[in-house]
Amino acid sequence: MIEAEWIWGFAGGLLIGCAAAMFLLVNGRIMGASGILGGLIDRSGWGSAAERGAFVAGLVLVPGVMAYAFVPGVSTHITSNLGVIVAAGLLVGIGTRLANGCTSGHGVCGIARLSLRGIVATVIYLLAGGVAVVLFRHLLGVI
Amino acid sequence: MVRAIYAFVAGSLFGVGLLVSGMTDTTRVQGWLDVFGAWDPTLAFVLGGAILPMAVAWRVAARRRAPALGGAFPPAPEPKLGHNLVLGSVLFGAGWGLAGLCPGPAMASLTWGGTGGLVFLAAMAAGMLVTPGLRSRIDRLAAA
Repeated sequence: MIEAEWIWGFAGGLLIGCAAAMFLLVNGRIMGASGILGGLIDRSGWGSAAERGAFVAGLVLVPGVMAYAFVPGVSTHITSNLGVIVAAGLLVGIGTRLANGCTSGHGVCGIARLSLRGIVATVIYLLAGGVAVVLFRHLLGVI
Repeated sequence: MVRAIYAFVAGSLFGVGLLVSGMTDTTRVQGWLDVFGAWDPTLAFVLGGAILPMAVAWRVAARRRAPALGGAFPPAPEPKLGHNLVLGSVLFGAGWGLAGLCPGPAMASLTWGGTGGLVFLAAMAAGMLVTPGLRSRIDRLAAA
């Protein structure tokens, strides 16, 4: 049985991949969300600040308009536990910058060129994410 | 300016893809990571769908001298893994599992993510800000 969510997932994935393909072939950049934002935050990427800022602006504004226009009751369903949110945000911020990539940079762009670093990073963060869900949901009941 | 316009388009396309695919829904992401619960395989389709056009793009890039707007293509991937890649990916995965958001979707859902989304983004930015200092400490420890 093919679920509708899988088709939406695949279609959305194709859009993500086309965005990454365009950013590589036109701008010559790897489309990694954590690297593009992180370079603005720690100032290491200020030489290309306009390009990074424009990418982030598109990433924030256009899905915002689409969500309000076409997805009634859109929600991230994120936990209301602010302690968990702060801990998770810190882990994601530090982890992606230490590893030099996240789901888009290592997962999409890295795997697509069969980069060993991208493949290893993706396997590790998927495993760590699975362990975190099992630990905090099933054993501790926090999420 | 032209670079910024194309970057805006790429960011928009990326964000819409994240929304359409379900990556901005934390229950779907946590459902994918929850292999011992009601496992949701949707994210495998998202990742597969995203890798396909990008794999083609890398092949096209290999045959071209330069990107359309000039400059150079990214260098070949670093072959060395290193402790920061491993440690960073463990920390990132743990945070991704805890809240169900990674950096792209956290930004894409900013306008409808509510207080929780804003707090997540602020904490993530704080983490990114302290990482250069943290990295040099970790490197010193690893060298010792």
